[in-house]
Amino acid sequence: MADITLTDLTKSYGPTEVLHHIEGDINDGEFIVIVGPSGCGKSTLLRMVAGLETVTSGEIQIGGKRVNELEPSARDIAMVFQNYALYPHMSVRENMAYGLKIRKLSKDEINRRVEEAADILEIRQYLDRKPRQLSGGQRQRVAMGRAIVRDPQVFLFDEPLSNLDAKLRVQMRLEIRKLQQRLGVTSIYVTHDQVEAMTLGDRLMVLNGGYVEQFGTPIELYDRPASVFVAGFIGSPAMNLIPSQASGGAISLPGGAQVNSATDANGDVLLGLRPEHLTPDENGPVSIDVEMVEQLGANTLLHGTLSGTNHEMVASVAGHDAAASGTQRRFSISPDLVHLFDPQTEKRLNP
Amino acid sequence: MLKRVHFPSSPLPYLLVAPQLAITLIFFIWPASQAMYQSFLIEDAFGLGSEFVWFENFQILWEDSHYHAAFWRTAVFSVLVAALSMGFALILAGFAQRVVRGAMFYRTLLIWPYAIAPVLAGALWVFMFNPTLGILPYFLEFVGVTWNHYLNGGQAMALVILAAAWKQVAYNFLFYLAAMQSIPNSVIEAAAIDGAGPGRRFWTIIFPLISPTTFFLLVINMVYAFFETFGIIHAVTQGGPGSSTTILVYKVFNDGFVGLDLGGSAAQSVILMVLVIAMTVVQFRYVERKVEY
Repeated sequence: MADITLTDLTKSYGPTEVLHHIEGDINDGEFIVIVGPSGCGKSTLLRMVAGLETVTSGEIQIGGKRVNELEPSARDIAMVFQNYALYPHMSVRENMAYGLKIRKLSKDEINRRVEEAADILEIRQYLDRKPRQLSGGQRQRVAMGRAIVRDPQVFLFDEPLSNLDAKLRVQMRLEIRKLQQRLGVTSIYVTHDQVEAMTLGDRLMVLNGGYVEQFGTPIELYDRPASVFVAGFIGSPAMNLIPSQASGGAISLPGGAQVNSATDANGDVLLGLRPEHLTPDENGPVSIDVEMVEQLGANTLLHGTLSGTNHEMVASVAGHDAAASGTQRRFSISPDLVHLFDPQTEKRLNP
Repeated sequence: MLKRVHFPSSPLPYLLVAPQLAITLIFFIWPASQAMYQSFLIEDAFGLGSEFVWFENFQILWEDSHYHAAFWRTAVFSVLVAALSMGFALILAGFAQRVVRGAMFYRTLLIWPYAIAPVLAGALWVFMFNPTLGILPYFLEFVGVTWNHYLNGGQAMALVILAAAWKQVAYNFLFYLAAMQSIPNSVIEAAAIDGAGPGRRFWTIIFPLISPTTFFLLVINMVYAFFETFGIIHAVTQGGPGSSTTILVYKVFNDGFVGLDLGGSAAQSVILMVLVIAMTVVQFRYVERKVEY
């Protein structure tokens, strides 16, 4: 059990800086998800915490102790890799016992811990198999088992579910979450999948191009995205972003429509409207020319353009909707669900 | 199973394999059968006639203490050559894998010895170890070792083993490096996080995972030491002093072309042929096992 502190953390490869001044406080027992598109530096950040990459500047503390110079083995962490990284020549039991043997635990203690972990993960019957005789999901469990037998201060997960099929991924996602809550171990989880991030994390760190865009709870990120990037990244389908003019609380959209916002702003703004916040309303201000309809059962997605312009818009309507392509639909939106961003800095304008 | 009907009879397939078959027959099967036939003959002293004697040549070898000694010598020689060159190659590959900057340069340098002809490699070592001119005997003198491989059989053996092993290091290095690079990095990293230091990672993770390569190289190196070291021995010691570096393949040459006992020489080469076939069978049977990640 430990808290983790990242202070002004920077990583460069030669002259190229890939992570810029990362700050973050992670509380004891918290489940943190680092999320971002590929190449944003999220795996690098995780590997720095693990000790597999050096720190260029700044400091990483685990449990109040600076670990920058410590070997991975001395940091009391366990990591689950994307490709599981099981030792192919060892049985499941040997895989899980490897780290314990190195720590010179007694045979009885090793057996007890391995079997306990195997029971938690329901892999007891596979203990004497080799990794190649296991399915993807089972290998994933073994990799988790290898992490939990060590009883570390911190779990690190590097996209552990990306090699599994969709159904198994959802199932393992829940299991990881349950396991983490049960063990109460501080965890950092890296993924590019925003649904995985939203469902797993106590808090999310959104990385983009080596910068932290926002660090907060999933609901904070959804309700109050700090930047255009977060707004587009969190939520599915993505938020509609329309360049507009603000004058006091009134926002003029291209094409003449007007919506009200709870915020005072003036001049050019980027207006953000979540598809699911657009309420069908005969007299609503926002009009969409529907071009395509996606029936998802629980809700219906209407793809089209903002009437009179060619700005693409998506609206999500609850239940079934018989709207045909080629028709025009009108929507209204509550003023407190309107997001405003500065078009230059791409930062959030409303408080 | 594919049905035969997919292959309408036509001379084309036979035509396509014909060149390969012709080469195999003319350059491999025919000489081999000649050697086999010859091993059943004994020539008279003047080379004017020969007598078909069935297995008498083999019987003579079976009872010949010189041949037994050569057999034993070959075993020692080949085991030492294989162990030395593989061990050294393994160490070099282990280091080469850690090198980031100039890796290509380093690797290219290490591959060079493989491109040198055996006789030249031998000549190189002869010069270095020449008792009167060589640089190494000069230095060895300081530590109280008198080097003269023209007189000392043990030293001669050490020299040919060294030269033969040196030449094979490059080849082994390449295979070991490729094997190590095929191990996913994350497996090594997982071991590091599990608390294994570099030495432990090597012996408990890397070494077991490259064991198929080790086995493959063991067979290849044994075959190399048995047959391809002829050039080195011929250039360095000519089998001497006495017969202290006469391994089987050198004895085949010596008895046949120097001693002119063509029948006995042929019988020896047939025995060598059986040995290499045996080793190849072993290799094909077991080397195909691959590690899965």
